[in-house]
Amino acid sequence: MKQSILSIVMMTFVLTAVSGQKYFTKTGHISFYSETKLEKFDAHNKSASIVYDSETGKLEAAALVKGFQFEKALMQEHFNENYMESNKYPKATFKGAIENFETIDLTKNGKYAVKVSGDLTMHGVTKKVMTDGQIVVNNGKVEATAEFNVVLADYKINIPSLVKDQIAKTVKIKITSALEMLKQ
Amino acid sequence: MKSLILPVFLLLVSSIHLYAQDDLLGLLGEEETTDYTTASFKTNRVINLHSLENTAGGVLDFKISHRFGTLNGGFYELFGLDNASIRLGLDYGVTDRLTVGVGRSSFQKAYDGFVKYKFLRQSTGKRNMPITAALLLTSAIQTLKWENPDRDNHFSSRLYYTTQLIIGRKFSESFTLQLSPTMVHRNLVKTNAEKNDVYALGAAGRIKLSKRIALNAEYIYLLPNQVADGINNSLSAGFDIETGGHVFQLHFTNSTSMIEKGFITETTNSWSNGGIHFGFNVSRVFTVKRRGDN
Repeated sequence: MKQSILSIVMMTFVLTAVSGQKYFTKTGHISFYSETKLEKFDAHNKSASIVYDSETGKLEAAALVKGFQFEKALMQEHFNENYMESNKYPKATFKGAIENFETIDLTKNGKYAVKVSGDLTMHGVTKKVMTDGQIVVNNGKVEATAEFNVVLADYKINIPSLVKDQIAKTVKIKITSALEMLKQ
Repeated sequence: MKSLILPVFLLLVSSIHLYAQDDLLGLLGEEETTDYTTASFKTNRVINLHSLENTAGGVLDFKISHRFGTLNGGFYELFGLDNASIRLGLDYGVTDRLTVGVGRSSFQKAYDGFVKYKFLRQSTGKRNMPITAALLLTSAIQTLKWENPDRDNHFSSRLYYTTQLIIGRKFSESFTLQLSPTMVHRNLVKTNAEKNDVYALGAAGRIKLSKRIALNAEYIYLLPNQVADGINNSLSAGFDIETGGHVFQLHFTNSTSMIEKGFITETTNSWSNGGIHFGFNVSRVFTVKRRGDN
């Protein structure tokens, strides 16, 4: 008798775990932008991975630093070589959660304001970030956007004094992505 | 006993599941990508030799290069600074793998042009390639007045061609090494003893000292009995200093010429007697064609 109770408990446990629906993309679009009087940076990465668990609100994302495309080839080389050191730190990752996940129903059409917080890791440094974003659900299509600023010095990305007028100290990071249901 | 198996099995399954949930990204599986090695050298020249790097697609690289006189000119010549030989050049990246370029040297009033194609790219990941390899074809025309104007002179006598294979590898962030087997064809040579086709093997490397400064060196070995007496192997060493859009290359070399046929087959100075030129290449890149965000 005891065993069968245990197995029922276990069974429910497993079932709940399975029922939590996950959404994902492998083609998330992350861009970063900064502008000074002398130079404008506008780089795009269109192969970011994002996974969202609607059951727990957990959200994770990762992007290859080398996947950022710049208008100028030399900028891209310097970005990888001198600033992000992408051979040493190939990935930028985010691990966090949508705080108000309970108010979001991705199966229903609507616009949802979301609060995201978590750890952003890049250039080998992890920092807490917090931002507001938006999720739009339209007939099963889920579109998520978020925007936040990052202070380069927080991530130990040093700007040499020689080019300090060309490179802004803060960059704007923008994420736009369509999420699909993950079939398990 | 049997009744225990089910709960234990379920426990295992659920624990695996819980573990997987901890790593959401793990659910997507790791997709393998190809990671091409970049920035093996700061620019597409080591010093005189072409490096295994190309000018990026859509980028124009304007090169201003000087070789001063030799250090053994002493104080009278301000250690060579009184004289300078100049080459102005334009390199253009047609694609990331194909570069074309033209130049004009004051030495021998030579015009030169080249085509360089990178046919193997060092990479790791999905596509694994240990080396980068490129083929370089250059031609040069020297336009000095004829030495013997009375003689029957042919235009073709002014022409030189170089075929060079560049094979190299970026061994680590800070160390790159390349070999450049070369054949220089000279349409006209002075004596029978000199060969029209000259074979040489170049070797070049760099050590990155900091994010923006690298130490470069190159040596070109001429196979014996091909050139006139008094021609030496070319040896050069110097620093690459990068500042945003510019790369400054400051170096010492025993070669006066900055084009293949010259520094490979016509280097008359020697390090041993102070026949060393101080020189520099300044490279300034302009993005002509912006890359679409693909």
